[in-house]
Amino acid sequence: MQLTKDELIEAYRLMKTIREFEEQVHLEFSAGQIPGFVHLYAGEEACAVGVCTHLSREDSIASTHRGHGHCIAKGVDVHGMMAELFGRKTGLCGGKGGSMHVADLDLGMMGANGIVGGGPPLVCGAALAAKRQGKGNVAVAFVGDGGSNQGTTFESLNLAKIWNLPAIFVVENNGYAEATAASYSVGAESIAERGRGFGLPAVQVDGHDFLAVYEAAGEAIERARRGEGPSLLECRLNRFYGHFEGDAQTYRGEDEVKSLREDQDCLLRLSQEATASGEVDPAEFAAIDSEVEALIKDTVEAAKAAPQPDAEDLLTDVYVSY
Amino acid sequence: MARQITFQQAINEALDQEMARDERIVILGEDIVGGAGAPGEIDAWGGVMGVTKGLHGKYGDRLMDTPISESAFVGAAIGAAATGLRPVVELMFNDFMGVCFDQILNQAAKFRYMFGGKAETPVVIRTMIGAGVRAAAQHSQSLYSMFTHVPGLKCVVPSNPYDAKGLLIESIRDNDPVIFFEHKKLYRLEGDVPEESFTVPFGEAEIVREGGDVTIVTLAEMVHESTKAAEILQQEGLECEVIDLRTTSPLDEETILESVENTGRVVVVDEANPRCSMATDIAALVAGAGFSSLKAPVRMVTAPHTPVPFNDSLEDLYKPDANKIVAAVREVSEYQTWKTAASKS
Repeated sequence: MQLTKDELIEAYRLMKTIREFEEQVHLEFSAGQIPGFVHLYAGEEACAVGVCTHLSREDSIASTHRGHGHCIAKGVDVHGMMAELFGRKTGLCGGKGGSMHVADLDLGMMGANGIVGGGPPLVCGAALAAKRQGKGNVAVAFVGDGGSNQGTTFESLNLAKIWNLPAIFVVENNGYAEATAASYSVGAESIAERGRGFGLPAVQVDGHDFLAVYEAAGEAIERARRGEGPSLLECRLNRFYGHFEGDAQTYRGEDEVKSLREDQDCLLRLSQEATASGEVDPAEFAAIDSEVEALIKDTVEAAKAAPQPDAEDLLTDVYVSY
Repeated sequence: MARQITFQQAINEALDQEMARDERIVILGEDIVGGAGAPGEIDAWGGVMGVTKGLHGKYGDRLMDTPISESAFVGAAIGAAATGLRPVVELMFNDFMGVCFDQILNQAAKFRYMFGGKAETPVVIRTMIGAGVRAAAQHSQSLYSMFTHVPGLKCVVPSNPYDAKGLLIESIRDNDPVIFFEHKKLYRLEGDVPEESFTVPFGEAEIVREGGDVTIVTLAEMVHESTKAAEILQQEGLECEVIDLRTTSPLDEETILESVENTGRVVVVDEANPRCSMATDIAALVAGAGFSSLKAPVRMVTAPHTPVPFNDSLEDLYKPDANKIVAAVREVSEYQTWKTAASKS
């Protein structure tokens, strides 16, 4: 499963887009510009991109409350996303969803989800639809270590197994469910172990290592496309920010986050590996960085300038017809 | 003579005709085929009430038995609906919503609104309601008001075989999530049902009996108890108008209010518990929009604020019946305000 240079650069661009999007959201939220609950994906980019690089728009994903990264990795428009976070009429969901409900079903993005463990049953359904349609498409459920403790996840692992569904369960184990450590709340030795308990092939990978995620996800997704059923992939990774914006993170160790940014930055790791091998010139990455920074800056400016929803919008979109 | 079939056969026929029409329809649920993986007969049960019996032979793996994992399979039906299938999922008893409600409440019901009108979730959740078979507290409830409360869901509560077929076909063709409530005491009820496919629209209550003295608003099995009561009261010279809601979301407010305009007296009959119920909802509607027509306070005939008891005499006491409805109608018909007293003198 060798990446071409173009694919590698595209993966870097997506990861950088997520990072920059989240850094700007962090700043705008701190400045009081973004309302509500926001959960940032910074630090976890290698997982979303490592998985979604294998997917087409006909493949489905269901995300979590920490969903911006999955959206961007699945190709969702960043202008629409940023406007949605600002609650504007031009947002992807017309300002009615916000950060926790960004979705674009036309791209197979079934939504971020405000309910921990909400996605896996939906993904069983999307995988069932894909299986019946018979075009080799798959569905991926992203869940956290917190979501891995939900009964919905257990039920879905079993259902996907007995129906031999083309479903992949990607568990993003960032070590914390809100403020509670996975070392406390997850009884199994690993979450991959749980997957094996349900009869699924399951592996654990270093979620900071884009290439490792890419490879493991590729195997799982190919297996599903071949009709050989579901798999579980546990990515061990770290979030750079708190559970939500405004989280003082007093449960984390001193300097934990600082050292993460120094030692466990998936973006830095990917660019260093690619430049050290001589595959990519550092200037190419630098050029992407400035393009992405300009793009995200533009999304923020456009979102701020965008109109608010109209009062009539309160009552629309409840039903297709009523 | 028109063809007569049971409520159960009417549902089976609706599913059959729709599955033949549209390949995207799949049916999921516990034992809806029955016997999956077991050494005996396939299609052994056809659902716990036999409603889907025979469909597996015609449609094969478009019917799938599920493990007893309501969150996963109700959620899967919802996820499949959002991605191109049109699933009908059977939640054996509506009491089991407790183990899958998130998928209905926070996922299916919200998708369209949260996603700015870009999602369609054409799923039908068929589920059983109703007391009267000594099934006790966890298999006898009528929880349609809980679902009716939730924007984004449509709620269908048929009372007879004709409506069961027409409303189920309408539900399957509808592009929003629909909860279809089947009263377990009605499955054997026979009635005229055309063989050909037809639909009954949502949001149109049926006046099952006309009368100018008292309006009885009701639904599901209570339509029959209300009709019985109306027959008894007719002997006393009281003419009741019986309205079968048929769907609680959308709700046909117009038919209720028009009837109240004529009668000025209302009894709401609802098998469910009384607080935050269809009964209180309709009472509030009439008290607000129908206030100027009212000649008596709205009276509700409901179950008490208790779980459903197992013991037969207690369960009979729990359920509204024709006698209780007769008493309530007499009470509202005899009620005199200064307005009615003055108009009679």
